[in-house]
Amino acid sequence: MEHSSLAGRIFRGIALTLILIFFMFPIVWIFMMSFQNNDQILRIPPRILFEPTLANYEALISGQLRTAAGSLQMPFMRNLFNSVVLSSAAVLLALLLGVPAAYAFARFKFRLGETIAFTLLSFRFAPPLLVLLPLSLYYQELGLSDTYFGIVWVYQLIALPLILWIVRGYFEDISPDIEHAYRLAGHSWREAFTRIAVPLAGPGIAAAGLLSFIFCWNNFVFALILASADKQPVTVGALAFVTASGIQYGQIAAAIVLSVTPTLLLALYAQRYLVEGLSLGAVKG
Amino acid sequence: MARLEISSVSKAFGATRPADGLSLAVEPGEIVAVFGPSGSGKTVLLRMIAGMFEPDSGDITVGGRSIVGAPPERRGIGMAFQNFALFPHMTARDNIASGLRASGSDVANRVAAISKLLKIEHVLGHAPRELSNGQKQRTALARALIGNPDVLLLDDPLRNVDAKLRYEMRLELPNLLRRGTAAVLYVTQDYREAMAIADRIAVLIDGRLVQVATPADIYAQPASVAIARLFGDPTINLAEVSPVAEHGMLTTDVAGARMRLGAADGLAFPGACWLGVRPEDLVVSSASADDAIPARILAITPMHEKAVLLLRLADGTEWLAALPPDAPQGVADDSVFVRFAPDAAMLFDRATGLRIGQTHRLKAA
Repeated sequence: MEHSSLAGRIFRGIALTLILIFFMFPIVWIFMMSFQNNDQILRIPPRILFEPTLANYEALISGQLRTAAGSLQMPFMRNLFNSVVLSSAAVLLALLLGVPAAYAFARFKFRLGETIAFTLLSFRFAPPLLVLLPLSLYYQELGLSDTYFGIVWVYQLIALPLILWIVRGYFEDISPDIEHAYRLAGHSWREAFTRIAVPLAGPGIAAAGLLSFIFCWNNFVFALILASADKQPVTVGALAFVTASGIQYGQIAAAIVLSVTPTLLLALYAQRYLVEGLSLGAVKG
Repeated sequence: MARLEISSVSKAFGATRPADGLSLAVEPGEIVAVFGPSGSGKTVLLRMIAGMFEPDSGDITVGGRSIVGAPPERRGIGMAFQNFALFPHMTARDNIASGLRASGSDVANRVAAISKLLKIEHVLGHAPRELSNGQKQRTALARALIGNPDVLLLDDPLRNVDAKLRYEMRLELPNLLRRGTAAVLYVTQDYREAMAIADRIAVLIDGRLVQVATPADIYAQPASVAIARLFGDPTINLAEVSPVAEHGMLTTDVAGARMRLGAADGLAFPGACWLGVRPEDLVVSSASADDAIPARILAITPMHEKAVLLLRLADGTEWLAALPPDAPQGVADDSVFVRFAPDAAMLFDRATGLRIGQTHRLKAA
């Protein structure tokens, strides 16, 4: 913006810095905590400069949680692995089911269509604990409790409505004429879907996939009730940090850093697909 | 080489009937313009042929084979859309090539040939958003033409391009479209475009084809007063009249003047009619005569190739006259007299709107 005054530029710079500090401070602080031991963390006043230690990460990766009262088994890496497997599988399944469903809701009018779409959205209204009691009984009966598949399935309650409703809007924004034109050019319905509709809704699919991944990753109650130790994700596994002999802040911070990393990497990767405006200029606006 | 034949096709959406028993045949190599006011069902007709929805009844055949129920990709149809409908994530080249199923050097050659014809070779590498509206429409046309389809559907393709380009394309399109042997249906809301491009014009009003004829015939012999009003700029002048036959000649009173309307053709008394006279058929002079309608000039609009006069006849009716550009100087006075040749008059039944008699006007043909 070349026509802004010097004062305006300075003010903008200050405002941006303040916002950045406000949002980045907790993350930076946690990142720093993860390299400190409990004594350093709890020191008053806190210090910016400290001697970094990798002990927290070592403890997490080896699974030996050292506390004042002795050593404790803590399968953190297993939990992290579970989180990655459960969230990725849940989002992949939700994309496979949700994107074609979103297309159907966007393009075709059918009996009870709106009702079905709304029912799917209403899954997000229900308090999870209310759903869980009957669900855990069903799961025990069906032998689905404490299985990866069972948790991935119940995660569809989180991911599917989100993907369905976000992607549907993106499909609705694509002029049907673009797909008609592709079909008249000699391509089947499936080709028009995969080569025209899906690429053009790409930003929406990326955004919906990322959001539902984050929601699945951060889910706590479903896995708490339906999975036992070796299937639990980090959110549930983190309970182990609260021990009888105190709270291991350094290890919690290291665990947060490790568990945020996959989502952060995914977000950075998905960012380039989130670019809007690809469909601009396709049809006369 | 395939003939497109539409037989008694009907389609209803709830209470509206955008197609009500449409029948039309388009020969290979022929361009038929489907012309009508907006909402008359033009686009619905094209979309039924393209397979975007199916007719409720009736049949559509291409080369004698019914295409009703066939998926769009198997109908052998090329289509250009009013909104271009280019694929935004592909270059102009890929957009055009998408019309060909084959791959390899043959595709490159054909894309090169068609884009040369449409003068878009220099923008083949561009994405649609980088093209001007004119280039977008040319790309869309190239995509429709490249597969040499049996049937070519053009849905108001010049609607969204600027006036200069529209004029150029009006000159270019007939040659482009006649290159192949496609049966062409060209939808437009602009009667001038229809007259410039088409071999025949099918006039569609409220889901019915009210007249299918050559452009000259439609202009000179419109089947109804509604059609007469759609063709011509300025629009046709109308007056309510009740003509009578006198010595084998129909005459009527128009704003106090006795006007002759041509041979009675056995019609003793056609009843309550609309009299229609094209603005360019009016003669305006300052000299009085028995068969001249007294009028006042309210306004003169110079339009370079002609001058349009807004006239108020003695009975208050307002008519328009189109004169050669320098003619208004000849009528200095406000008060003038308006005449027209008997064979320039058209009579329409006021109850049905249909044209009466066969007053041939060879002048316009």
